[in-house]
Amino acid sequence: MKHFSNRYIFIFSTVMVVAVATLLSLAATLLQPAQEKNLEIEKKKSMLESIRIPATRENTEELYDKYIKESFILDSKGELKEGVDAFNVILRNEQKKPLEEQTLPVFRATSDDGEKVIIIPVEGKGLWGPIYGFVSLRSDMNTIYGATFDHKGETPGLGAEINTPEFENMFFDKKLFENGKFVSVRVIKGGTDPGNPHGVDAISGGTITSKGLEKMLLDCLAKYNDYLLKNKI
Amino acid sequence: MNNQEREPIFSAKNIKLFTAPLGRDNPVTMQVLGICSALAVTVKLKPAIVMALSVTIVTALSNVVIAALRKYIPGRIRIIVQLVVIATMVILVDQFLKAYVFDVSKQLSVFVGLIITNCIIMGRLEAFAMGNKPWPSFIDGLGNGAGYGLILIIVAFFRELLGSGTIYGFPVMEKIGIYHTGYENNGMVILPPMALIFVGLIIWIQRSRDKSLIEK
Repeated sequence: MKHFSNRYIFIFSTVMVVAVATLLSLAATLLQPAQEKNLEIEKKKSMLESIRIPATRENTEELYDKYIKESFILDSKGELKEGVDAFNVILRNEQKKPLEEQTLPVFRATSDDGEKVIIIPVEGKGLWGPIYGFVSLRSDMNTIYGATFDHKGETPGLGAEINTPEFENMFFDKKLFENGKFVSVRVIKGGTDPGNPHGVDAISGGTITSKGLEKMLLDCLAKYNDYLLKNKI
Repeated sequence: MNNQEREPIFSAKNIKLFTAPLGRDNPVTMQVLGICSALAVTVKLKPAIVMALSVTIVTALSNVVIAALRKYIPGRIRIIVQLVVIATMVILVDQFLKAYVFDVSKQLSVFVGLIITNCIIMGRLEAFAMGNKPWPSFIDGLGNGAGYGLILIIVAFFRELLGSGTIYGFPVMEKIGIYHTGYENNGMVILPPMALIFVGLIIWIQRSRDKSLIEK
């Protein structure tokens, strides 16, 4: 192999690093608008799925404008807040703040069967990374109308099953409250009776993701406790 | 030297570069490289296929880049240079997927990043691209990516069929009504160690069919 001087090696590595850095930052900057648009569509699509409206990437924007008419933000006491658009609230950042300072987004929608529902975003931790989703509640502010979950990097076939309809559909008509007390929905290992209003089957082989999902629902929805109790019918 | 330059693009030698890794010189079953990702992405067929494609693209492109630069890369820092090239390719692929094929990017999630750690790619750069021209290196990269992908897809096919009863998400077992006979999906096949057993079976079959592959 040819011998290179130290000087050459230094120059070579400097040029390489600068060239690679330029290339990568250029790619990141140029592709950013397209990527952000994708994320926005993805979020809207998930929200539509949580109110049981199946959407494709193409008709998401149109359906979103049709069904999801209103959004607002709350504080942890359930009082209305002003300032930011609910759609732009980044849940992960909110969760780092003390509870009193957190901003809680709510979306209002009317589903195809005329049911007025609210959509609440949730976010938590799975096994490998964040898991997130949307839960929609019927106007009694207690019964789950629909739910959709997704994940950043759970294991395919195991934890990743949380984003399948088989798993999500088990949440239909589950109840958050028992005699006016918030109990959330548990993910039960080994399966549960479908009639159990506060439990769904866990994913076999995906125990940590299932437990993370349970904690996510408990943590995120409990913050809305005051608002849900005040506004229930 | 002049002789080689006039070599036809699809000479027998170049075609062999592509076909050898599919069989006799398979990176997974013969060189036993890239096993870790074979465990992770073979639960379902779809991620396995996308992973196979991405690895093929990254191996081929980084092979070309390294082969083109091979005379200028100082030997003492060549491993670092190879890693930088692979990492750059993977990040670029990831960014493009996120911008233009968002669904695929979601499907692959963490595995895109894992391509960087796939020993096959670095193995090809070090063993082939450092000493060959860009075009043969490109074919070698394609061949090795395809050889890796082939094993991935075979393993994923059986794991998905036996573990979840589906093929590419299509519920085959349910459609043929086998569940009425008391058949149940084998949950163990979904667990990572079973991927190794499948790879082992493939190695066994391959070597029992071609005895010359058995190491002395």
